[in-house]
Amino acid sequence: MLQFAQWCNHSPLAEAIRDSPWIFPTLEIVHLLGLAVLGGTILIVDLRLLGIGLKQLSSAQLAAQVAPWTRAALAAMLTSGALMFTSEAIDCYNSQPFRVKMVLLLAAATFMFTVRRRVISSGTGASSSWIDRLAGITSLGLWAGVAAAGRAIAFW
Amino acid sequence: MVQEFCRWLGDTPWSVGLRESIWIYPIVETAHVLGLALFAGLAVMLDLRLIGLAFRGIPVTQFFARVAPWMWAGFTLMVISGALLFSSDPVRLQGNVFFAIKLLLIALAGLNAAVFHVTTYRSVAAWDVAAAPPRRARLAGLLSLTLWAAVISLGKLIAYARS
Repeated sequence: MLQFAQWCNHSPLAEAIRDSPWIFPTLEIVHLLGLAVLGGTILIVDLRLLGIGLKQLSSAQLAAQVAPWTRAALAAMLTSGALMFTSEAIDCYNSQPFRVKMVLLLAAATFMFTVRRRVISSGTGASSSWIDRLAGITSLGLWAGVAAAGRAIAFW
Repeated sequence: MVQEFCRWLGDTPWSVGLRESIWIYPIVETAHVLGLALFAGLAVMLDLRLIGLAFRGIPVTQFFARVAPWMWAGFTLMVISGALLFSSDPVRLQGNVFFAIKLLLIALAGLNAAVFHVTTYRSVAAWDVAAAPPRRARLAGLLSLTLWAAVISLGKLIAYARS
């Protein structure tokens, strides 16, 4: 793990990002814009699961509507995130919040593509069952944790 | 006048305490980021509906009625946490060009939303269920997306300004 971080940190790509005054800020901006879009698409579906958002469409229909935007935002976040990591891989390796963020990210993404997906596709429509609500609140909690831990990287 | 106010605010025990706090400042920053996901995220969703790029099966008025309260909750969180962040370091922010442009763009985004509501949105009954709303509504949505994206970008750049 440490060796991988060192290899990243010393790669020409990492040096290029560090040497440029504008690449890192641009990556941060892409990461934030991705956060906004991803946050929106996740909220639309999770609020529906909780029964306190849109009701005209089922969770499955809403999830299908936002799917391309979720994928695009995830791609933007993962790409910009990976590049930022590369440029300061050793710092990240030593950062406790970064480790927490990666664990939460893994948990949130796994939950999204397994349990949440299944709950959404088995939803009956009109009302929210307790399983729907539990899935919605778990998803919101995990993603909020990812965002909070991400913010904390800069502080500790 | 503005400078004097910022200098006064920056010297208050409140401001100094916030600036030097170990926990409160990061918590306020975190609230600002979570508020961003809530407010900007849902604003993007509303804009996509207005532009006709998503949620075509849902009438515009119903989409607004169900989503806007959460968006406003996010906006409130952003304004409160943003005001706290400003009060922690008013003198530096007051001289920060990115911060000034950010405030200007927020005002423009608000103006865009207000104009849309008192003009195009008045006739919403005629296009409530239309998959693609009229050109003026789509333009307002596109302008809103652009302005908020710029606001977010400038917010990030505040940290990079030399002052």
